[in-house]
Amino acid sequence: AAPALLRSAQAADTVSLYDVERFGNARILHMTDTHAQLRPVYFREPSVNIGIGEMWGRPPHLVERAFLDRYGIRPDSAEAYAFTSFEFEKSAGRFGRMGGFAHLKTLIDKLRADVGDHRSLLLDGGDLWQGTGLANAMRGADMVNAANLLGIDAMTGHWEFTYGEEALRANLARFKGEFLAQNVFLTEEAAFNDAKAFDTGSGRVFKPAMIKEIGGARIAVIGQAFPYVPIAHPRRFTPDWTFGIREEELQKLVDALRGADKVDAVILLSHNGMDVDLKLASRVTGIDVILGGHTHDAIPQPVAVSNAKGATLVTNAGSSGKFLAVLDLDIAKGRVADARYKLLPVYSELVKPDPAMQALIDQTQQPQIAAWSEKLATSDRLLYRRGNFEGTIDDVICEALRRELDAEIALSPGFRWGPTLLAGQSILLEDVLAQTAISYPETYVQQLTGAQIKDVLEDVCDNLFNADPYLQQGGDMVRLEGLSYRCAPSETIGSRISDLTLDNGQALSSGKTYKVAGWASMNAQDGKPVWDVVATYLRGVGLTSGGTNKVTLSGVDGNPGFASQS
Amino acid sequence: MASSIRVRAILNGDTAEVQTLIQHPMDTGLVKDAKGELIPAHYIQQLTFTHKDKTVFLADWGTAVSKDPYVKFAFKGAAKGDELKVSWVDNKGATDSLTATIQ
Amino acid sequence: FAATNDNKYPEDAFRQKNAGDAIKALYGRDHEASDKIKLDAPEIAENGGVVPVAVTTTLPNVTSIAFIVAENPSALAASYRIPEGTVPAVANRLKMAKTSNVIALVESGGKLYSATKEVKVTVGGCGG
Ligand SMILES: [Mn+2]
Ligand SMILES: [Mn+2]
Repeated sequence: AAPALLRSAQAADTVSLYDVERFGNARILHMTDTHAQLRPVYFREPSVNIGIGEMWGRPPHLVERAFLDRYGIRPDSAEAYAFTSFEFEKSAGRFGRMGGFAHLKTLIDKLRADVGDHRSLLLDGGDLWQGTGLANAMRGADMVNAANLLGIDAMTGHWEFTYGEEALRANLARFKGEFLAQNVFLTEEAAFNDAKAFDTGSGRVFKPAMIKEIGGARIAVIGQAFPYVPIAHPRRFTPDWTFGIREEELQKLVDALRGADKVDAVILLSHNGMDVDLKLASRVTGIDVILGGHTHDAIPQPVAVSNAKGATLVTNAGSSGKFLAVLDLDIAKGRVADARYKLLPVYSELVKPDPAMQALIDQTQQPQIAAWSEKLATSDRLLYRRGNFEGTIDDVICEALRRELDAEIALSPGFRWGPTLLAGQSILLEDVLAQTAISYPETYVQQLTGAQIKDVLEDVCDNLFNADPYLQQGGDMVRLEGLSYRCAPSETIGSRISDLTLDNGQALSSGKTYKVAGWASMNAQDGKPVWDVVATYLRGVGLTSGGTNKVTLSGVDGNPGFASQS
Repeated sequence: MASSIRVRAILNGDTAEVQTLIQHPMDTGLVKDAKGELIPAHYIQQLTFTHKDKTVFLADWGTAVSKDPYVKFAFKGAAKGDELKVSWVDNKGATDSLTATIQ
Repeated sequence: FAATNDNKYPEDAFRQKNAGDAIKALYGRDHEASDKIKLDAPEIAENGGVVPVAVTTTLPNVTSIAFIVAENPSALAASYRIPEGTVPAVANRLKMAKTSNVIALVESGGKLYSATKEVKVTVGGCGG
């Protein structure tokens, strides 16, 4: 049955929400971080997304009430449900699932048709090929088909790189759009060995930018891949490539596009993460708009950042297929005269799925459906992941690791992807895969000293809360089971984590050794894939109370990026 | 046995751009092996580039230079076809050398 | 030192633990920061064992270039003699034990100049 509030709107193929008034001469559609969610999902936005220092209370570091107040959104509205975690469980029943590629296809086709032929571009910000069991098994090949049918003109990447060069290149050979990345270069050694590159002179591995004529204007789109691929993931996937933000190379590229290539507008299709993009916009000149992703922040309005030669609009378009951004540009000779931006929530109940895309999805998923529809357990609570410190789905994963691998402490990475399951929903094998499907899923058991454990926590925490956005990597804090701690985000590395306490109430001893289980290691491991471990646990034990660990925060009172975790 | 040294010297205008990759463990003396025993320090100390009897570049290295070292520099005054001699000596007294042709 | 005449390996400088002592042993003089030196190093090391570090300079009469990794067990990493006719620019790859300042030293006209950049070394692993 359709959710009550939306039922009235359902009769029409589209509703006014998606009738975006035509403006300017070029329409850019932007989607990002869909994480291969071909079907509509629930996805709860974070209730903890703390900004410290300069980022205190600034977008994207606003949650719940602070977010709603900032953007003038009514707490009981469908938008509040889409953009925040405010009363999520209540609203999920009313407004239903979000996204889905068949629904996105309908919406995209309409928004492109509304402005006429050759008046629009569809850009994808990356993290398109990863996030489901199917995408992982097919190394993203399923998503290339979907991307082609959707009509994506250009994309950049992040998790795309974790399938390795061979799979990446095989997918790109079939991708009908452009894969753009100005910030991926051959290592010195690879260049010395004449490894394959788009441009051997500069060492750039991929095409950095494309120029399109849209509505009489020349628009340059530059790709900015995730700058920290070999740091956030095992380096063995990208041994020949070196990344980084590459500000200087970017500035040169922008200047060349504006100079010799005489473009009228420059768009950066970025997978930097929003805080990084905000800093970059203040330092690199000549970019009109940064269409951002990676940090999964759903921000309704662009943030205008001024720099030495003008201003740049910075956006971030959420994740999991929940949103489609519409950027309408009024482009004059050599400059953007005006811009309008809308981040449209994709309410799947309001949009008719496109039949061709639906057929492709059904056909692609068919071979796995029987095996992955196995019901492992029924959820007795809301299972979500997003949040700086904790997620209930991660509690389940950690508990499974601890029990199945007989460890004192379990660690699980603070990924930002993975759909939400409502209380009462069945937990299928494919749901476990959607939280864990990566190309390095092997579990491990290690003996670590208390000091080593604290160092790991300090290190990850610094990647999240370093005062310099360029030193942030855009993930959340590593999840723990069997160990509680206190965290002061506004301190510096080495001083943020304290009061480490084991389940039995004893303090973690820096010299003592503990048995630690985990997955997604930087080093090659040979344990079972984590989804097997979690599935075995759920089949046998089912959901347990879990979540005995506790993270206590210091210095975040009144922070608009912090709402109680309940 | 193949040389430990690989050189690429390319003339660009009046400047020869030289890149070198050398196979060498560059052990710091601070790392333990699988048995828990310290691997003794073993690293290149000097790397010399000679063009027409003149030293055009001399590297003094400590243990912080990465395993399989890479170095890049450029010098003026070379012509296509000139020979460039590269040689190294490590802390154990081992040496290797190679003569490359500037392209 | 007189970089081009004396080819002796500066053993003593490489043995020094901290940056100040290493610089003193190598050059015997103080250095001052210069905006004519461009030090290229990543914000975050992709691999602490292999950090690409490069320097170029517009300073005249350069006789040597050296790299210091301040927090390494021995601070001096590499020192290069730059004879006349050699371009004052070097790219190499260094090991970094932990987050540290990397200092490029350039000896120019008998004086010592420097540029410094912090490079973060992290265990990594995360994902948005
Ligand atoms: Mn990402
Ligand atoms: Mn993502």
